[in-house]
Amino acid sequence: MTAPLSISLHVNGESIVVQVLPRLNLADFLREQLKLTGTHIGCEHGVCGACTVRVDGEIVRSCLILAAQADGAEVETIEGLSDNGEIADLQAAFRDRNALQCGFCTPGMLIAAQDLLTREAEPDRTRIREHLSGNYCRCTGYQAIIDAVEATARARRERKP
Amino acid sequence: MKASAFCYARATSVGNAIELLAAHGDRARVLSGGQSLMPAMNLRLLAPELIVDIGRLGELSGISVSGGCIRIGALTRHSELFRSSEIATHSPLVAEAIAHVAHPAIRNRGTIGGSLAHADPAAELPACMVALNATIIARGAAGERRIAAADFFRGICQTALSPHELLVAVEWPVAPKSSAHFFSELARRRGDYAIVGLAAQAVVENGRLIDFRPVFLSVGDRPRLADVADSLINTVVTPALMSQALQALDEELDPPADQEASGAMRRHLAKVLLARCLAKLLGRPDLCSGVSA
Repeated sequence: MTAPLSISLHVNGESIVVQVLPRLNLADFLREQLKLTGTHIGCEHGVCGACTVRVDGEIVRSCLILAAQADGAEVETIEGLSDNGEIADLQAAFRDRNALQCGFCTPGMLIAAQDLLTREAEPDRTRIREHLSGNYCRCTGYQAIIDAVEATARARRERKP
Repeated sequence: MKASAFCYARATSVGNAIELLAAHGDRARVLSGGQSLMPAMNLRLLAPELIVDIGRLGELSGISVSGGCIRIGALTRHSELFRSSEIATHSPLVAEAIAHVAHPAIRNRGTIGGSLAHADPAAELPACMVALNATIIARGAAGERRIAAADFFRGICQTALSPHELLVAVEWPVAPKSSAHFFSELARRRGDYAIVGLAAQAVVENGRLIDFRPVFLSVGDRPRLADVADSLINTVVTPALMSQALQALDEELDPPADQEASGAMRRHLAKVLLARCLAKLLGRPDLCSGVSA
C-alpha cells in the first residue's frame, strides 16, 4: 500500500489527475510535480509559514498536509493569486514599502495577509500582527510588512463606494 | 526532513477506522488534522507503517449543546471552535484558549480530537478539558468508553487510549451563570508553545471562590490541576493567604528545563499566572501587586 495513489484536484483552477506516493506532502507535490515553486519550504514542520497556500478557501501549511489529503480539493498557490490579479494591490504595497528583501517568506506572507484582508475590512496593527504571527520573516523586522498590509486595507476601504 | 514511507488508508466510516486500528494496532496512527502528527513524522520522531486518515468522516465533526452538556466531535477544527457562538456562550474558557492555539493556518486544520489524543503537555486544550471536568469518549471494537479528562492524560504524548481505540468526541458541562474563567499563557511568539500556561474554571460568589480548578500547562508531563486550589476555596483571599498560596505552588511544581526556560523560571511564571488569575476571578487587582513576570 505504499504504492502510488490516484488523486484528482484543482490547482489554480486547473483540473489535475495524478499519481502520488502516500508520503508526499502538498508542498513537495506543488513544487516537484507541478513545478509551482512559488510555494517555499522552510522548516517542514509548520513553524515558518513559508509554505502557506489556500485549500478550499482557507489558508493552510502545505508541508503539513499530504497530497493524498488534497484529493478533491481546490488548491490556490501564490502563482494563482498573482496571475488572476487578486492580490496585485497588496503586492504593489509590499514593493512600495520595501516589505520584502530576500523574498523567501513573501509568498506565504502575502497569502496569510490576503486571508485577513478578505475577512476583516479594518484590521488594526495588532490584528495584523496576530494573523501573520505564524509567518517568519528574517529580513524586514516586520514593521514594513505591517505597514503594507495596513495601507492595502485602507486603500481597499477607500475604493469601496 | 521528509516523512518516511508509509501506507495510507482513508477510513470510509468510524467502524472501518476501528477495524483498521484493530488489525494494525500500534503500527498504525490516526491522521485527523495532522498538525502535530505531520511535524512529528517529518522530523522522523514517528514512523508509522499505516496512516488511517479519518479526515472525511463528517459524522465525527460538529458542536452540539443539550441537557446542560456541550459535545464536540473529535474532528471539529480549532477554527470552528474559534468561530462558534455556542462555544463563546457556553464555554468561554475554551473560546479564549483557542486564540492561543498555534496560528490561523494551523487552526484551520488542527482538530480537538487530534490535540487531545496527541497529549502534548504544552497544548492548551488538554488543560482546558481537565479544568472543565470533561469526559473523553473513545470507541473500539468492544464499544464506547467514557474517560474523565483527569485520568486521560498519562504522560508526554501518552493517554489512556489503547492503540485499538478511536477518540470520537468530548463532552463537558455548560458553564453555569455564576461561573468565571481565566486563560493565559506566556510564550515568546504569539501562537508558539507556551513556556507556562494556566486554564482555570471557577465559581465565584460574594467575592469567594466556591469552586476553583486551576490547571497549568507546560509545567510537567501532563496538565496539572494545582493542589493549592484547595486552600483558596470558600475563604477571603488576603495578601497573607495569597503569599502562602504562591509559596505552596512553588513547592508543588517541579517543571522541566529546556531551551525555552529553566525549571525555576517556569515556577516563577506559574506564580505570576496564578496571581493574575486570582486578581481577575475575584476582581482584585491588588492581588497582582508585587508579582511580576
